[in-house]
Amino acid sequence: MRYMLLVCGQEDADDAGTAHEYGEPCWAPWAREIQARGILLVEGSQLQPIRTATTVRNAGNEVLVTDGPFAETKEQILGYDVIECADLDEAVYAASRHPAALAGGVVEVRPVLASV
Amino acid sequence: MTAVEAAVATAFREEWGNVLATLIRMTGNWDLAEECVQDAFAAALARWPSDGVPDRPGAWLTTTARNRALDRLRRSKNEAAKLQQLAALSIPGEPAGPDDSGVNDDRLRLIFTCCHPALSLEARVALTLRTLAGLTTAEIARAFLVPEATMAKRLTRAKNKIRDAGIPYRVPPAHLLPGRTGGVLAVLYLLFNEGYSASAGDDVVRPDITAEAIRLARLLAALMPDEPEATGLLALMLLHDARRPGRLDADGELVTLEDQDRSRWNAAAITEGLALLDAAWRRRSAGPYQLQAAIAACHAEARLAADTDWAEIARLYGELYQLVPTPVVALNRAVAVAMADGPAAGLALVDDLAAGGSLSAYFLLPATRADLLRRLGRPEEAAASYTEALGLVTTGPERRFLSKRLAEVGG
Repeated sequence: MRYMLLVCGQEDADDAGTAHEYGEPCWAPWAREIQARGILLVEGSQLQPIRTATTVRNAGNEVLVTDGPFAETKEQILGYDVIECADLDEAVYAASRHPAALAGGVVEVRPVLASV
Repeated sequence: MTAVEAAVATAFREEWGNVLATLIRMTGNWDLAEECVQDAFAAALARWPSDGVPDRPGAWLTTTARNRALDRLRRSKNEAAKLQQLAALSIPGEPAGPDDSGVNDDRLRLIFTCCHPALSLEARVALTLRTLAGLTTAEIARAFLVPEATMAKRLTRAKNKIRDAGIPYRVPPAHLLPGRTGGVLAVLYLLFNEGYSASAGDDVVRPDITAEAIRLARLLAALMPDEPEATGLLALMLLHDARRPGRLDADGELVTLEDQDRSRWNAAAITEGLALLDAAWRRRSAGPYQLQAAIAACHAEARLAADTDWAEIARLYGELYQLVPTPVVALNRAVAVAMADGPAAGLALVDDLAAGGSLSAYFLLPATRADLLRRLGRPEEAAASYTEALGLVTTGPERRFLSKRLAEVGG
């Protein structure tokens, strides 16, 4: 099954969105670790900081564009990863080992609706 | 009831969970499995009177349910699902291979799936009662005092989540097992407590739910013989349930442990509970359920209330608090200390807890405080605490008990 891991947490004002400039990216050891358990990292990325977010609604005859994320909460979506694995237990394992989870963040696990 | 009806009723009680668990594994479809098992029991009622009761009712029911599933799938319109499920069903009597944990029992798979932590606690309890114990949706709704439609929705939502989120139908592998076993035990314990001390309504005890909880705990203990906490939980339930005949008087009013007629306790349940606890204890891996069973054993072994070894109970609660540092355990420890060292020592611990504030909605905190103040000869303060407890209590008999005590201290 395919799952999306939504990485949620509080944005750190200092280093949000800063990519590693050299060396191995922080997710690489995680990808290797889960792959050893037969879990495939399909794709994923950290997102640019919340200040770059734009929310769009289509109100029929009018497109409403607002600055900021869709929900004004303390915790925000900071990144995502899509994995392919056997079942929810595997996905939960991958989430529990995610660098963001190890750093105290929260990971929401959502199955991707299968396209038949 | 005719002999055949009785045989079907017995088969239902003994085989429902087993047959359903096998059908869920074979079809991978919870709703289809449930319908086919129901059909199989209906077929038993229709055919056993003429054909006779089969030697192995469970095998007969499983085969009948499986054939029913094949019929339904062949007539199904969804070709993709049909082919996949037919393939899974086409090998008759194929036993499942053992899981990563080495376990090969469909009921154990079903228990672990029903008690998966990705389901809400309410859903876990409802699903366990529906699938393993075979209670109807209406019966479960009645037990938890919610409308039947609400319970039906809760069960459907849980089954859909198992399917859509990919919750696996298996006993978890060894590295996940310790945490997940705790989750299963917690569901059974919650079920028992709901029956033993109902959280709302006019009946303080619901023997039907405690009986189901004991039956499931017995099954789990048999399926996991190497897990002393499973045995400990069964022992705990039996030792508590043994006291049930003495807990209410002829008018349905609560009797305190101190005042209970101990000759009314169920001696057979106590003997079995003590033997189970001994066996678990020998594995030298004490956990919260074994410790609570050991506390219940102290009460069960005291022929008179005055013989109770309160110092040992206080010590066991202290050990339990190391593993489960909750305010409720601390409150129970305070009660035991009060019995062992006098009400003043207990009151000091209770006052510390009250100052902590985490039990402010729990009626037993002011009720305990009131009782200690009463014993210390401080009736006015006791009355104030009884009044506070009455404002928090939710079941009828407990309310009447507190009112009686309030009147006694002149409140």
